[in-house]
Amino acid sequence: MKINIQQDDNYTTIGLDGDVDLSSSSDARKNIIEVLKENKNILIDLSLVSYIDSSGVASLVEGYQIAKKQSLKFGLFGVSDAAMSVLKLARLDQVFPIYNSKDEYEKEDV
Amino acid sequence: MTELPPLEKLFEIHFQAIPERLSLIRVLVKEVAEGFGCDKELSDKLVIAVNEACMNVIQHAYKFDSSGKIVFKIHKQDQTSTLFFELVDNAEPIDLDSVKPRDLDDIRPGGLGTHFIHEIMDGYDMGHLDNGKGNYLKMEKTVVR
Repeated sequence: MKINIQQDDNYTTIGLDGDVDLSSSSDARKNIIEVLKENKNILIDLSLVSYIDSSGVASLVEGYQIAKKQSLKFGLFGVSDAAMSVLKLARLDQVFPIYNSKDEYEKEDV
Repeated sequence: MTELPPLEKLFEIHFQAIPERLSLIRVLVKEVAEGFGCDKELSDKLVIAVNEACMNVIQHAYKFDSSGKIVFKIHKQDQTSTLFFELVDNAEPIDLDSVKPRDLDDIRPGGLGTHFIHEIMDGYDMGHLDNGKGNYLKMEKTVVR
């Protein structure tokens, strides 16, 4: 899995690329938590995720909960079919804020 | 009573219980499922269930002890159009009561693996090996082809 980080004015985008599984999800978790520790809004780009397991999903849930606690904006963007089928199985597609575009994320308040 | 024909073994693999082996297992399960006639959606779901089952062994049975081994077998039964997945480890017997699907309304990290297996498979059975050291998990899925 590769991680791409992009800083915008008001938020940081973390792009996960490849398989987010037990061998790599700790890296995803670490990066997500670091952004939130810096008190930054976060957008996670899942468009290049080829596979995500429950450990990867747990990293997203943890980030979502920390962001909520700190009144920071958390969102998922470009969720790939592979990632979406796992989110649906966990019924988290109804919990996470999911955006179709960066514009949509930028326009919405926390 | 009609006796069902015996199962036919499709493959058996013995692998080191480390997260880096999971990608290989996913490829194998997908190949077998597609070869058996599962469509893409079901093949992907079977991959998810087996991956989670292997993860549970690595995380909870072996507690990331990389010297642990997992034996993974897939059998088929053409007459009933069913795939059977079996995982065996040699770890200390796990607390079977702790392995339960959890309430999804409780939004928290972790605990989803068993829910995935429960949702995807038609049935599963887990227990301790007779020799007192090790655990097994058997899962089955009947496929509409």
